[in-house]
Amino acid sequence: MSAAVGPFTEGRSWTRLLARWETLLLVALLVLIVLGNALSPFFLTSGNFGNLIAALMEVAIMALPMTLIIIAGEIDLSVESMAGLSSAILGFLWAAGVPMEVAIAVVLVVGVLGGLLNGLLVARGGLPSLVVTLGTLALFRGLALIILGPRGVSDFPPGFTEIGFGHVPGTDIPWPFVIFLALALILGVVLHRSWVGRQVYAIGKNTGAARFSGVRVARVKIGLFVLTGLIAAVAGVILTSRLSTSRADAGQGMTLTVVTVVLLGGVNIFGGSGTIPGVVLAVLVVAVMQNALRLAGVSVDVQSIALGLLLIVSVVIPTFAHQAKSAVDRVVGGRPPPADSVPRGERALS
Amino acid sequence: MTDAGVTATLDVPRDRSAWLGVVARQRELSLVAIMVVLGALVSIAAPQFLTVDNISQVAVLASIVAVAAVGEALVVITRNVDLSVEAMMGLVAFCVAVSLENHMFGAPGAILFGVGIGLVLGMINGFIVTILRVPAIVATLGTLSIFRGVDYLVAGSHQVPRSGLPPGFTDAAHNDIFGIPIFVFIAVVVVVVGSVLLRWTTFGRQFYAVGSNPEAAAILGIPSRLVVFVAFALCGLMAGIAGVMYVIEFGTINGTSAGGYTLQVVAAVVVGGVGIFGGTGTLAGAALGALFLGFIANALILIGLSQFWLQAIYGLVILVAVSADAYILRRLQRAASLNRSR
Amino acid sequence: MKIRTVGRGLALISVAAVVFAACSSSGGSTAPSTAPSAAASSGASAAAGAALKIGYLPKDIVNQYFAAAKTGIDKGAKESGSTVIQVGPNEPKADLQVPFIKDLTTQKVDSIIISADDKDAVAPDLKAAMAAGIKVVGFDSSPAVGAYNVFVNQVDFSGVGVNLADWACELAPNCTGDIAILSAAATATNQNAWIDLMKKTLSTDAKYKGLNLVDTVYGDDKPDVSTTQAQALLTKYPNLKVIVAPTTVGILAAAQVVSAAKKSDTVKVTGLGFPNDMKPFVKDGTSPVFGLWSVPDLGYLAEQVAAKLVSGEIKGTEGEQFSVKGLNGDKPYTIGKDGVVVLGPAFRFDKTNVDNFNF
Repeated sequence: MSAAVGPFTEGRSWTRLLARWETLLLVALLVLIVLGNALSPFFLTSGNFGNLIAALMEVAIMALPMTLIIIAGEIDLSVESMAGLSSAILGFLWAAGVPMEVAIAVVLVVGVLGGLLNGLLVARGGLPSLVVTLGTLALFRGLALIILGPRGVSDFPPGFTEIGFGHVPGTDIPWPFVIFLALALILGVVLHRSWVGRQVYAIGKNTGAARFSGVRVARVKIGLFVLTGLIAAVAGVILTSRLSTSRADAGQGMTLTVVTVVLLGGVNIFGGSGTIPGVVLAVLVVAVMQNALRLAGVSVDVQSIALGLLLIVSVVIPTFAHQAKSAVDRVVGGRPPPADSVPRGERALS
Repeated sequence: MTDAGVTATLDVPRDRSAWLGVVARQRELSLVAIMVVLGALVSIAAPQFLTVDNISQVAVLASIVAVAAVGEALVVITRNVDLSVEAMMGLVAFCVAVSLENHMFGAPGAILFGVGIGLVLGMINGFIVTILRVPAIVATLGTLSIFRGVDYLVAGSHQVPRSGLPPGFTDAAHNDIFGIPIFVFIAVVVVVVGSVLLRWTTFGRQFYAVGSNPEAAAILGIPSRLVVFVAFALCGLMAGIAGVMYVIEFGTINGTSAGGYTLQVVAAVVVGGVGIFGGTGTLAGAALGALFLGFIANALILIGLSQFWLQAIYGLVILVAVSADAYILRRLQRAASLNRSR
Repeated sequence: MKIRTVGRGLALISVAAVVFAACSSSGGSTAPSTAPSAAASSGASAAAGAALKIGYLPKDIVNQYFAAAKTGIDKGAKESGSTVIQVGPNEPKADLQVPFIKDLTTQKVDSIIISADDKDAVAPDLKAAMAAGIKVVGFDSSPAVGAYNVFVNQVDFSGVGVNLADWACELAPNCTGDIAILSAAATATNQNAWIDLMKKTLSTDAKYKGLNLVDTVYGDDKPDVSTTQAQALLTKYPNLKVIVAPTTVGILAAAQVVSAAKKSDTVKVTGLGFPNDMKPFVKDGTSPVFGLWSVPDLGYLAEQVAAKLVSGEIKGTEGEQFSVKGLNGDKPYTIGKDGVVVLGPAFRFDKTNVDNFNF
């Protein structure tokens, strides 16, 4: 969802700022923190902060490359299975006596290969990413099950479990959060400040025009899928470390939360707009919300209902806000609606 | 525009791509052919594959997926998708089981109740997609979570045991009419009725129109939103029927019931030739796709592969089916453009 | 663009705010301003019989086995006026179970009674709980050694392994033929231990040499998965004589499948099951012999152990003894190696006694 544009807010930068999705998220975050504190006395303790953040970090990390992919007009549903596959391979290799560094390297390579498979099928094969990644969702999970079978592998070295479970010394900030912030910074710069990022937006807004402007659409898309696969593999390593067990069913169900976080962050599912800061805020909002609900004794089931509602609402609000804005514009200014405010195929009310 | 998308809108190529055209349009036949070949091969390795017992068992389990796949196919034909099928089935299954356990209804009443719940859930999906204008993938990803959450909430830690159901209720899963299992019968009836409505009524044909070219459909005055809404509602209805069948088959129902069905249903639809871009495919294809997947699962078990191979096979099957679809479509398009340029 | 920068700045500020909140209130003590009422604070010196706050975290909250155990826990809690908070995932998955441990720790319960989905996944958080003064009592499925104070084992592992082998032998004609195992989740500590011991018994004792274990499949403790797995076993192994299911969910599913397929004469089902579930199958010959233990008693014992740990009566070291009224024929329990206490031997059900029980 792009910033609200129109005669109503022209020239007033502060109203444009207020109307931005990110601001809305920030407000929501603060409201939730206040609510959370009211719901439970434990909420603002630092120990709780660690819990709040840690459980969501693998999702958060995967949400970052997913943002780029969705902005480019595609989607990758297979991330949770790549995380599971990476966990399975890590455990398998470790149990076979392979040193941890080598095992991690292998896992990262597998992540790249998996992403490459997705990317080639979508970008060169022209297949719809929804179905392709649904297929690889099953395929990667299946491979994880074949490799690790019913076993769980544990007794990882303590240095390894530190990654997922440990904190920055002296604070309660979990390491995965640091990794998340670093990744957010890097991808934020790439998306918002580099020519690669501009290409991603261009592809999302109008693939044909982008191609004619010289953007190597296929190459960029393949690159995005490879990046997603790689980061999903990293998330799998972190998950394994945090649980200190390697499981073939690791990460199941994460895709929903990843997509929710990205869409909540203001990224348009059809591509072409969205920001990394928005997604970072969305991660915090979801983390705080889940934690507040859990501490208040709200059952996991209600939480999952809340998550689903959040996903839908985060898409409904911009659409309605946009239409409301256009309606207000037309009434107030007597001007015709802006070119892009009326969905295609509908006739504008004159 | 005549039968938009019901028959291929390309000229019949008169060159060597003709056979590809036949294959593309007769996905159903090719599936059957593959299953026959598969059956022959597997029965060499494992003779129990071709026993009546085994085939009926496979068919019964596949019928549940097939009924849900028919509903999903209706949605996909309109260029949408419904990922919440398993949650709808699970919620219906639990509500039916619990209502029977508490003697709220007799068996027919409970069945209607379940199907009704499915219809309502489907209409919720339809509402979110057509009125709130949320893209189908987002909407149904959300309702997948919501419906399953409601299911868990309603179920809590309760589990309805088979003994809590009226005696004889679960018998329908093993009984047959003239040798054909009742469940297969149900699936066939659903497919036939659905296909007739889809192909022989104007409203039904509009499903294909909306799926293959939404803008053109809108210009022609086809009520796209109504069509999509009805598609989702029917998908919910089918999920309701499948949920009732689930209770009859498995008996013991708790909040986790029907987990994993979304993948099977979508795979069945994709394998069955209903293209994800909408506008093509048949309900029979989707049902055959379900049967096909069921046979593959069964064959795997019989030739000794462990249950852990199943997911990977499903994934491969989806990828192969989609790639094959795209390949065939491109060949046909190229052949058609060659034809036109002559 | 300026707006972009400000937007990013906002994000950074909010992140910083949350981080500062975390850092500033750390510095050692994590006590909130309002202490929780009605519960003993950090566990140690409550008098015996004092009211406790117990966190009950089973493998999942849907499995009726844990509902039965809870009746025992509730009974014990009622006697001392303690409160029991049940939390847990809907599916027996470790990554779903772990966050609940953290929650219980944050809520400063006096004791956590847990049946672990995966012994290692739960270990780090359980150790953190123990470091915070919470007493951890494992039951049914053990967390890793070191991540609990006492593990209440429902049954002697090797005993159950022999029992399972025995019952299979009894049900297979002349103790000969194909048998298969239908288990729960593939990573379940307890089932895997029982199965391993059963396999060892089968291979080392000449009495069982006629039995041929053809397969082990996993039903994930879900009724539908267990049903399809049982059906697959019947299809794949036409000469199958016995299905051994050391899980109450699996044995019921298998018995239903065999009975519905009208194969009760040729295929028998045994394992660990609830008498109430299995009564009809004892009667119709599908499952003439099976076993279990008193699951409510298991819960009661776990609760009593938790209370004794909190009060300091026991510490969980090897050799300690304690008594629980009404259990073990009033003989004292002795804590064994690795802090393990065993409830007792498995109990065999068959048509002569199954009607006497109601759970």
